Amino acid sequence: MNNSPYIRQPASVQTVMLKVLLALLPGIGAYVWLFGAGVLVNLAIASAAALAGEALMLKARGRPLDIYLADLSAVVTAWLIVLTFPPIVPWWLTVAATLFAIVIVKQLYGGLGQNPFNPAMAAYAIMIVAFPALISQWPHSGLDFATQLDLIRGGSRNIDAITGATPLDALRTGLRQAVTPMTVQQVIAGGPAFGVLGGKGWEWIAGCYLLGGLWLWQQRVITWHLPLAFLAGIAVFAGALWGIDPGAFASPLFHLVSGGTLLGAFFIVTDPVSGATTPRGKLIFAVGVALITVIIRTFGAYPDGIAFAVLLMNICVPLIDMKTQPPVFGHKDD
Amino acid sequence: MGKLFDFHGGVKPQTHKQHSTREPIAVAPLPDLLVVPLHQSIGGTPHPLVQAGESVMKGQRIGAADGNVSAAVHAPTSGQVIAVEPRVMTHTSGLPMLSVVIESDGEEAWVAPEPVNYRSTPPDEIRDQLRDAGVVGLGGAVFPSHLKLNAGKDMPMTLVLNGAECEPYITCDDMLMRERAQDIVRGGRIMRDMLGAGQVLIGIEDNKPEAAAAMRAAVAALGEDMRVIVVPTRYPAGGAKQLIRSLTGIEVPHSKRSTDFGVQCFNVGTAYAIHQAIDLGRPLISRIVTVSGNVERPRNYEVLFGTPMSHLLQLAGAKPDTDRTLMGGPMMGYLMPNPDVPVVKATNCVIAGSRALFPPSPPEMPCIRCTACVEVCPADLQPHEMYWFARARNFGKAQEYHLFDCIECGCCAYVCPSHIPLVDYYRFAKTEIWAREREKEAADQARARFEFRNLREERDQQEKTAKLAAKTAASRQTAEKRVAPKPSAIADARPAAIEAAHAEGTVASAPALSVDPKKALIEAAIERARKQREAIAPKNTENLSEAQKAEIAEIEARRAKIREMAKTHDEDASK
Ligand code: SF4
Ligand code: SF4
Repeated sequence: MNNSPYIRQPASVQTVMLKVLLALLPGIGAYVWLFGAGVLVNLAIASAAALAGEALMLKARGRPLDIYLADLSAVVTAWLIVLTFPPIVPWWLTVAATLFAIVIVKQLYGGLGQNPFNPAMAAYAIMIVAFPALISQWPHSGLDFATQLDLIRGGSRNIDAITGATPLDALRTGLRQAVTPMTVQQVIAGGPAFGVLGGKGWEWIAGCYLLGGLWLWQQRVITWHLPLAFLAGIAVFAGALWGIDPGAFASPLFHLVSGGTLLGAFFIVTDPVSGATTPRGKLIFAVGVALITVIIRTFGAYPDGIAFAVLLMNICVPLIDMKTQPPVFGHKDD
Repeated sequence: MGKLFDFHGGVKPQTHKQHSTREPIAVAPLPDLLVVPLHQSIGGTPHPLVQAGESVMKGQRIGAADGNVSAAVHAPTSGQVIAVEPRVMTHTSGLPMLSVVIESDGEEAWVAPEPVNYRSTPPDEIRDQLRDAGVVGLGGAVFPSHLKLNAGKDMPMTLVLNGAECEPYITCDDMLMRERAQDIVRGGRIMRDMLGAGQVLIGIEDNKPEAAAAMRAAVAALGEDMRVIVVPTRYPAGGAKQLIRSLTGIEVPHSKRSTDFGVQCFNVGTAYAIHQAIDLGRPLISRIVTVSGNVERPRNYEVLFGTPMSHLLQLAGAKPDTDRTLMGGPMMGYLMPNPDVPVVKATNCVIAGSRALFPPSPPEMPCIRCTACVEVCPADLQPHEMYWFARARNFGKAQEYHLFDCIECGCCAYVCPSHIPLVDYYRFAKTEIWAREREKEAADQARARFEFRNLREERDQQEKTAKLAAKTAASRQTAEKRVAPKPSAIADARPAAIEAAHAEGTVASAPALSVDPKKALIEAAIERARKQREAIAPKNTENLSEAQKAEIAEIEARRAKIREMAKTHDEDASK
């Protein structure tokens, strides 16, 4: 080093990514407790696929393998894909989604730091369009590990016997039954998928993601802007609809603990590479994702809207960043 | 205690200050040979006043300020001048600079001091006295102090004394405040009166409680109305702009002077130097220097300018694995070309470095837009965006993102998880922008000369035609008269010479234009010094990768071509 500064904080992309992975562990633990260990198998498959895809592309692009594989960013993408998928998707779906994320969305755009779209969300969006059924089949809790493993290996699916609906799905189906539409309260009271706050057991997973997320914030890996604005956005938009008609729309609390809301708030909306970077831009980005998420969840056909919302907002990032440049020191009154 | 205003960002690196504050300030023993560079401050290079062979007294002026934006230089001890010649200067580039080499006689015989009663002396004279006493900002910026001491015009002034000293390792201000607080307050008193300042605020980081206590006691003992304000320890709390903001809430923008906002900020060491220069009539010939890092006995020394850094490193016991010498702190300091360069006015700290102390940076990764740099930037910039544009050599955009508001504090590079040498990119972009501006000027000049040449050719053609006509007419007359020399030849010679000088950028000091041979010699020396300074500028880019070096080489080649073009035009023009 010839030029200052001559000292650096001991930080690296690797430690950042490692912290993200660590922060996901409590959520994964709750997930295993609720749905069984199938998700662990998927995590292993996806990690391997991600690293293999990354290695292949790095080699093709003539980049050093050791440094870039060790940065762990591919593993983070892999884990996020798995955590948004049901734990019983067949292995090839996991592999295809991961390779799509790493090879096409990340590496073809220039690799680490260069991708305009969130790789995990792009993979999720593609797969739900291509295989809507597989991505909607969530096991009911307590499905034994052997059956899960069989399903992951591609075993035949007796759908009704193994799957239950996710809370968001159950709510949607209940509310939209053509013959006798129910109110939110009726759906929730009658459905096995619902727990105290939102989905049964889901509130535990959500709580664990919250825990991990707060730790990331405490570690200064993420700033408060994105998660807080996203959660506030969800609460406000869902709250507005709920305020109009509590019978037809779910409560904001239900939205907050259901689906991928907290995973999204702390691990997906916060993806640095594809998100906005100015303080105000971060707020706009997160609120935008929240708005689109609530709209898709409420009026759309897909089980959850975060992926599409993130991708739509990814497109807006350059504009948001450009328009929200903060005033610099000494120019605050200009 | 006054209300504190927070500044954005900043980092908290390990301070390493405790090592060098255990012992009181010691006077560094006199070295046999002192090499005093003439150019030690912002502004013009002082003219040498001595020649080899002359003997000098301690404190005798050996370099006269070059105009008002400059500061004099003095002999740090008595002895004999053995040379006035270029020596490797105290700068990363390792380029030579005109220096006065003095062999000390060990007598330490002072010139008679010339104290001034500042209350009864006109401010202009005090300013002259400060300039001729060589007083400059000792916080590292070495800006001539007399230029900053004008009474505020239409607003109440605040004087800020900077004792924050936020860089790791450096403790020279801390120790000075602990041991010589009253003299600092005395200097502050002079500044306050010259500025007509209504209030005096002394900012000290909260990791220096002894210094703050000493300063409070000194203020009380002298019955002055000055406020000692303790600010939280956070680099760069001691940056002038950051400290002004912390203490007064005023943000001084880039390219504006703080006086226009009613504030003037001086380092506490400068206040001490002003007291010495005015009350005691002693010029600035030494300063407190922290010697720390990879040494056995870190400590603060009072050091004469011109003392080789190696002398200090030896005193402090540099460990065997020391492999480099830094001047200043690890955040904004400079790597020295060798340990023998002299201590100068800007030398607040000498750090012995080693691989263990400053491990090489891990490989640079792509930016992941994590905004860690944004979080810590005290100038409220978007460092990753500036990096992006600097790297893409989109300098216009980099400027739009306020590149020139960057104070090069290094906070962004300190936290970047991708280990990007961000500040290097900013220096590269700044240098490149300056170079392009110069290039454009040169090209404009070349074009102007080119057009001028066309014009003259036309005129010459007309003259020739006219002369031919005259000749024809003359030949009809008797051939006894001799033909007079062509008048235009004389008329042309002078402007061409000036222009040629202009092309080299030397018109003001072209030796050919000086009559007095001694003056010419001095001018030539100054000119050399100026060229050296210019040559330093692009040296900021040493740390760049091969690809970047190739790019720079390409740019250099392009520049050379333009220079070539300009030269051709010149030659054409002076034919
Ligand atoms: S800290 Fe480094 S990696 Fe993070 S945004 Fe800034 S430049 Fe990019
Ligand atoms: S070096 Fe410049 S960009 Fe980086 S933190 Fe300091 S002021 Fe900001």
